[in-house]
Formats: sequence, structure tokens, C-alpha cells
Amino acid sequence: MKISLILEIAKALMLARFKQTMIAAVGVVFSITMFVALLGFMNGLNKLLDGLILNRTPHIRFYNEIKPSVNQPIDLTDEFSNFYNIIRSVKPAASRLSIYNNEAIIRTLEEDPRVLGVAPKLSAQVFYNVGTIDITGVINGIDVEAESKLFAFTDYVTVGNYIDLKNTSNSIILGKGAADRMMAEIGDVIQATTSQGNRVQLKVVGYYQSGLGDLDNVQSYASIGTVQKMLGETASYVTDIQVKLKDFNLAPAMARDYRDIFGIDADDIQTVNAQFETGTNIRTLISYAVGITLLIVSGFGIYNILNMMIYEKMDTIAILKAIGFSGRDVNNIFITIALTIGFVGGSIGLILGFMAGLGIERIPFETEALPTVKTFPVDFNPKYYIIAAIFSIVTTYFAGYFPARKASGVDPVEIIRGK
Amino acid sequence: MQEPPVLEAQKVNKYFYSPDKTQVLKEVTFKVTRGEFVSIMGKSGCGKSTLLYILSTMDTDYEGTLSIDGEVITGKSPSYLSKIRNEKIGFVFQFHYLLNEFSVLENVMIPGLKLNKKSRHELEHIAMEKLKIFDMQDHALKKANQLSGGQKQRVAIARSLMNDPLIIMGDEPTGNLDKKNSDIVFNIFKELAQEFKQTMLIVTHDAEFAAGTDRIIEMEDGYIIKQ
Repeated sequence: MKISLILEIAKALMLARFKQTMIAAVGVVFSITMFVALLGFMNGLNKLLDGLILNRTPHIRFYNEIKPSVNQPIDLTDEFSNFYNIIRSVKPAASRLSIYNNEAIIRTLEEDPRVLGVAPKLSAQVFYNVGTIDITGVINGIDVEAESKLFAFTDYVTVGNYIDLKNTSNSIILGKGAADRMMAEIGDVIQATTSQGNRVQLKVVGYYQSGLGDLDNVQSYASIGTVQKMLGETASYVTDIQVKLKDFNLAPAMARDYRDIFGIDADDIQTVNAQFETGTNIRTLISYAVGITLLIVSGFGIYNILNMMIYEKMDTIAILKAIGFSGRDVNNIFITIALTIGFVGGSIGLILGFMAGLGIERIPFETEALPTVKTFPVDFNPKYYIIAAIFSIVTTYFAGYFPARKASGVDPVEIIRGK
Repeated sequence: MQEPPVLEAQKVNKYFYSPDKTQVLKEVTFKVTRGEFVSIMGKSGCGKSTLLYILSTMDTDYEGTLSIDGEVITGKSPSYLSKIRNEKIGFVFQFHYLLNEFSVLENVMIPGLKLNKKSRHELEHIAMEKLKIFDMQDHALKKANQLSGGQKQRVAIARSLMNDPLIIMGDEPTGNLDKKNSDIVFNIFKELAQEFKQTMLIVTHDAEFAAGTDRIIEMEDGYIIKQ
């Protein structure tokens, strides 16, 4: 059977009922547009919200946890090995917070091909002395360059230049909340007291604003050397090693391996932030559900219109069959009509959806909580366009399938006699 | 050796099942040989149209054997029968039955396009020739629904000739036309029989029309009573 003839007949039938065909196509256009725009917007927001936390979270974090010894002395003696020993009121062991032999660990990690980068970190509890009042806070000592390269540190430094942290000695980037409370301006010198009782003067070179209020009230940043000096420790004193991987899905397995090799604690991003993943998944699920519902509704529209077309065109179908078209040919004609509606509607829908995305991206969206965001975020991932294209074809095919089967089963004798 | 008959029906029985089982065709047996112009006559309800639809291969629910061009076609698959209809049978119905979505020329061409043995350009030329036989060439580019009843019927006959069929079947082709137009159509059929030696089988209840054919098959109550 010649495809061109099928196409020609399908085209003639569509043009004969141009308005109805248009309405069916508009339904597809609308649903595809909404599908693409909705998914793009939803996922743009998802990425933004997740990014708030996940960008700043290492894929694997190595640290020493304060906890009781796993092996209590009584377990080591042979004498009680056949007993069930219960020890009450166990206290944590006096282990040190600093990671032992951290330079070797960092070197090993940096040589691992799966690792994108490593950034050491050191946290210190401090009191900011403001007049007679002390405000609690945490100063994180960071490797400024590694931190900005791996964890988008620069994005969150809203005022001041992050590199001053490295270039100016005894400098600090204050959390926005903490700075507001201390009324510390850029260039001011503030005084902090560490838990060991050391007093230090620090020069404010910037503000840090993550968008999470609680964090900004407490967290401030200084270079790792400054914090080591504050604590009176040597240059090898590091409490955390943060690792960013090339593929963060490897994190749980790698964390487990290295935990055993180095004999220190290791947390992976999936365990720490399980709730974010769940939230993202559910939001994505909802947007897919809405998008697919739209498509199915437009599928019913096509089904209806094709059904009507078949009732109106019974004569045409009967004649086609009488002059030698088989049921299969008639079936193909109506499937072709359905797919044409799906293809044309889908293509226009994708273009409009893309334009809707561009439009949404221009809507101003300024909020105190998200200092780096000026407009609504939209994700233009081609994945959504491909899914939408496939779905537009699949739903229209099924919408056309049943009417087409009905048309192919039309008995020409009945129609011709019936007149 | 003798040529096989174009169309041969042997002991064809046909029943209708709704509302009750009634036999509409009873042991119908006859032949049509090449070049014959045959008419089937009878009162309405005698089963002549039913017979024609069976002969046309569109109705497959019957008993007995049907052969076209020496080949038994009873029990063949629907798609095979479609092919036979396309290639060997031309149809003319009582109600013109043109495709309103297409132009006159395209209507005539469609069976040829479906057969797909010649290029579109050739088919256009052939379709034009067929239209010329009926003096319809000036209307070739009109839409089918812009024609009058008589004109439509002439186009339908042109379409039935498109693939140079073995046999043309007509179901009261003049039944829906006024006197003038039915005379025109009748003359066309006669011309086809005489000049082109076209085999034709026409169902009619118009005695005048039947009188002009080579052979009349008369039917009554499902039987052939005279041929």
C-alpha cells in the first residue's frame, strides 16, 4: 500500500473537517505547552531549593565523632567472654576532634579518580563580644579557594569579596543574621572569644547569606589558618574533611569503604539529606502526574473528534472499501489522522512550552531568603521535551486506535444498502 | 479451449438472521461470460441487490461457491478480496457515491492510485481519458459535490472503469436519476458494451433498461426464474 495515498486521503479528511481537527490539535498544543512549562518550572524550583542545601553539603564528610568506645575493657578479657555483659552509664571516650594524619588522608582522597575535590574544614565555637553582651556563634575555618570551587561559596557571599578572606589576615565573613545583631559593618573589627578562652580581633570583610535564617544567625567563615591560630593549634589541626565526587551516587559505597580504611567516621550526602531527595521526588511526581493528566484529557478530545469524524464519513469509508481498500488501509488512514494531530500539536506545543519557559524565567522573583535569585528559575532540560514529544505521539496513537479499529470494521454493504 | 466465465455463481444460498432466519437467495446458479451485458431484474425485495453484494465480494456471509475469472474466491481473506475488488471489479451504485473531499479527477484516479501499478502522471492521463468518454473532462477539477446527480453518476462510471476491470457491477445505476439523465447513463452502458466489449452485470427494475441488454436474469423470491 502506498503511504502517499494514505496520507493524501488522511489530509483530505482532515481538511474537510478542518475546524474539528484544529480543536483536537489545539488540545494537544495546550497540554504539551503546559507539560513542558510546568515541568521546567517545577524542576527549576526543585533544583534551586535543593541547591540551597545540597550545593553546600559535601558528598562525603570525614570527621571524628564523640562517642563511647565500641570495645569496652570488659570485652577484651577472656575471663568474661562467655558472659553477657551489661555496662551501665557508659561515657564517651576522650578522643580528639582533630583528624589524625589528615594530610595523608587528603592526599589519598585527591588521588582517587572518583573524587572531584577535597576541602578541609575546621569549626570553632566562639562568643562574639559585643559591648557587655556575648553572642554565640560558630566560625568555620575553610580553605577559601577549594570551598568556593567545590561548594559555591562565592554565591552566598552577598556583600564583600570572598577572596579577601584569604588575602587579609585575621579576617572574617560574618553570617548576615549575626552581622545584623552585632551591627558590624564591612571593615569593622569585631572581638571573639574561643571556648579555650583565647581572645581574637577579626576584621569583617563580607557577609554570608545562605537563605536559611538559622544558619545565617550562627555560621561565619574565616580562613582555616585564622581559626587554627584562634584555637592555638598547629597547621595540621583539621576537624572535617569534605569531599565532592564526580558522581554523587557513589557516595554511600565510598563512605563505607573509606570509613574502614581510615578508621574515622564518614557521612554520605544521601544519608544526611534523605528528606530532600524525598521532597524532590514527590514534587517531580506531582508535576508529571499533572502533565500526563493534561495529555490524557486531550487524548479523549482526539478520540471524540475522530469518532465523530468516522460517523460523518461512513459513506466515504464504505466507498473506499467498495473500490478495494482493505480494513487495514482504512485503519491506517485514521491512525495517520490521529498521529498527524499529535505530531503537529506536539511540535507547536514544544515550541510554545519553550517560550513559556523563557517567559517564566523573566518574571522577577526577589525574596530575602534567596539572595542569589532574581527571577523564577526554569529548568530547560531536554529530557522534558523528549518525554513530552513521546507522550504526545503515544496518547494520540491510542486515542486514534479505537476509532480507527471501528472504522476498519465498517461493513460497506450495510452502509450502501442503508441509503 | 474455452475461456473461463468472468463470473460464476454455484448454488448460492443466503440467509438473513434478524429478526428471524429467512432465506433470501435460494440455490442461485448462473454464469456471465466475457463481453456479456447482463441485467438482473426483479421486484424489490426479491434478493437481487443481496446477490449483487455477494458477487461483488463485499458480502462474504453466504453458502455456495463464487468464482471470478476462473478462480474460486469463496473463503478468501478480506484483504485478498479487497485486492480483487480493486483490480477486477468496477462498481456503480444507485446513489452516486463519490468522495466529496476530492476533486472529480482524483475520485476517478483513486482506484488506480490504490492499485499502484502506474505513476501518478500516467494515472492522471488515464483518468482524463476516462472522463472524456463521458464528456466530463471540463469538470475534472471541480469538487465532487459541485456536480449534478447525472454528472456524479457519469463520474462514478468513469471511476469504475479506471483499472480496466474484468466486470462492472451496477446496483440500479439509473434508479435515482430523472428520465433524461437515466437515458444518458443507459446510453453510456450500451456504448461500453458495444464499443469496448465491457462485461457488465446490472441490477435494475427498469424494464426498458433491461430490454436493451444482451441477457436478462429474472429473479423472484430468491430464485432465478428465467435466464
